[in-house]
Amino acid sequence: MFGAAPDDPILDVVNASVTYATSGGEVRAVDDVTFHLGRGEFLGIVGESGCGKSTLLFAIAQLLSPPAQLIEGKVLFKGRNLVGLTDRVLSAVRWRDFSVVMQSAMNALNPVKTIAAQFEDVMRAHGHHEHAEIRTRSHEVLALVSIDAVHLKSFPHQLSGGMRQRVMIAMALLLSPELIMMDEPTSALDVVAQRSLMVQVKELQHRLGFAVIFVTHDMSLIGNFSDHLAVMYAGKFVELGPTRQIFALPRHPYTQGLIESFPSIHGPKVRLTGIPGAPPSLVEPPSGCRFHPRCLAAMPRCATVEPALYDVDGDRVRCLIYETAGVPHD
Amino acid sequence: MTEVPLMEAIRLTKHYRIGGFFGGTLHAVDEFDLTLHEGEIVAVVGESGSGKSTVARLFAMATQPTSGEIRFHGRSLKGIRSRRDLLAYRGQVPMVFQDPFSSLNPVHTVGYALDRGLKLHRPSLSRAEREAEAARALEAVGLSPAQETMAKYPHEMSGGQRQRVGFAQALSYHPKLVLADEPVSMLDVSIRIGVLNLMVRLCEEEGLSFLYITHDIASARYIAHRVIVMYAGTMVESGPTEEVLHHPVHPYTRLLLSAVPDPRAPITVGAADIGEPPRVIDPEPGCRFRWRCPLAIAKCAQITPALQPTSPGHQAACHVTVSASAAA
Repeated sequence: MFGAAPDDPILDVVNASVTYATSGGEVRAVDDVTFHLGRGEFLGIVGESGCGKSTLLFAIAQLLSPPAQLIEGKVLFKGRNLVGLTDRVLSAVRWRDFSVVMQSAMNALNPVKTIAAQFEDVMRAHGHHEHAEIRTRSHEVLALVSIDAVHLKSFPHQLSGGMRQRVMIAMALLLSPELIMMDEPTSALDVVAQRSLMVQVKELQHRLGFAVIFVTHDMSLIGNFSDHLAVMYAGKFVELGPTRQIFALPRHPYTQGLIESFPSIHGPKVRLTGIPGAPPSLVEPPSGCRFHPRCLAAMPRCATVEPALYDVDGDRVRCLIYETAGVPHD
Repeated sequence: MTEVPLMEAIRLTKHYRIGGFFGGTLHAVDEFDLTLHEGEIVAVVGESGSGKSTVARLFAMATQPTSGEIRFHGRSLKGIRSRRDLLAYRGQVPMVFQDPFSSLNPVHTVGYALDRGLKLHRPSLSRAEREAEAARALEAVGLSPAQETMAKYPHEMSGGQRQRVGFAQALSYHPKLVLADEPVSMLDVSIRIGVLNLMVRLCEEEGLSFLYITHDIASARYIAHRVIVMYAGTMVESGPTEEVLHHPVHPYTRLLLSAVPDPRAPITVGAADIGEPPRVIDPEPGCRFRWRCPLAIAKCAQITPALQPTSPGHQAACHVTVSASAAA
């Protein structure tokens, strides 16, 4: 089960907080985030720009660099804390145990090297020097993402945006990691390419059994694909639970607002309201519940009392509405 | 309808020469037709590279068509030659840009940006009138109190607020038609709807028309009366929004609709079509969608399909499905 530690977790993030040192003061971009990910599980993290979702992903992958800093918490990969490991130890772990697919493939791929050369770099850095082995594996992973092997000789600029993202995913699969983290890999793609990439990731996940953490701003995109969903607002998880359950019955007013922000294409045409206001600055986050200035259900207490995560029928919701109904979780 | 349409495009075409002497001709837009009436919101939907933004740029006179014609109030834009006429036209048909972070000058206040636009597009106004007009426009887009907003710099505002400034700028010219090129795609999900609602309100209350350029067919459905689907520089389907959405005729429209994320509906599209963009450099005759089309027949590779009516106001360009839907 999600939230409570699964029997055989692959990743435990415990009380993780990340701050950025800025001229305007310390900004807490990720605030006390805890979750557990089981083997082969697909977790979607959704939130708007500046909510800390990408920072959280970087913190898990130990890719933060100053001014960002993981000031608190643990990141346990199969029980081993990644926090504080040296770069040398970490570089052996990355790609082999977990890999990261970045938002912009054009920036993540080296523009002056062929795809084959970049695959080779990854393999060699992890102790695979055999030429035939590298060749075979490169062919295998490209086939997995339905790209013809002739493109091993291509440079990134010769590929379309969708193909570049597929190459990134192929590269992430090179060493068969048990966890792949993806940071908005489809946001630069057209809707047809986006849907096709999502279907393919899901198929690969079924076939190869790796776990996925998928960060996106597009709640509607993830609805069909993730097992569990975490909704993030202003650095905190405000709701987490099984994806289908959250879509069927969103409990946090922010989640409700987000779902109501997507005009439907197939259902009846209804007037939507979105969410008033704009996401807050994290330099001076609102007091009490961070969502209260935009919340339609806000009560006077919301401005002063910081809600905990409450257990409500298998969902965890950070909202005072559920204070009496739910059981505090943290 | 006998009244003169607000805006008309007739076989509007834009080609770009690329790659020097041995290069080719890129067909950005081919034979685009449009009739837009007052108080109407028309959406142009397509993926990147479909030519939808080039259409907006042609209407804004930011670039000249290779062939074809645009008529505004029945008069050809070719008649606009002086800078004065051009500025007057752009005041009537202003554009709102995609990126609210780069479309405002960061070193000037919002008040300055509005004032400067008014000086250019409505030179007859006095300083006091300009200020009143700017205030009216800001109030109309929901940025009140206007005086406070005018003193602000762009960096002091959120993305949604900046995009509203873009609309206020357009609105202050008393325009007839606003060209909105992906006005919400850079905004956060929770504030997109607010900007879309603003467009609907301006249409309903001020009688403003919009040409809404977007890749997001769901948002097109939310605000537009009619929708035009573009693929590789050509119109593949157009018609009343609900009609096109519920009875899509062109295979590309069908593919597009099935790919729209809808968490409430099961997945209907497989990974078979991976969304590869088409060739528009020196295209050969024939349908430009044929390589991806599950229904393509031999004729599709030889003859470019023309738009044909399928039901009142609804037309599509497809050899296979149009005759089928007409027979049905």
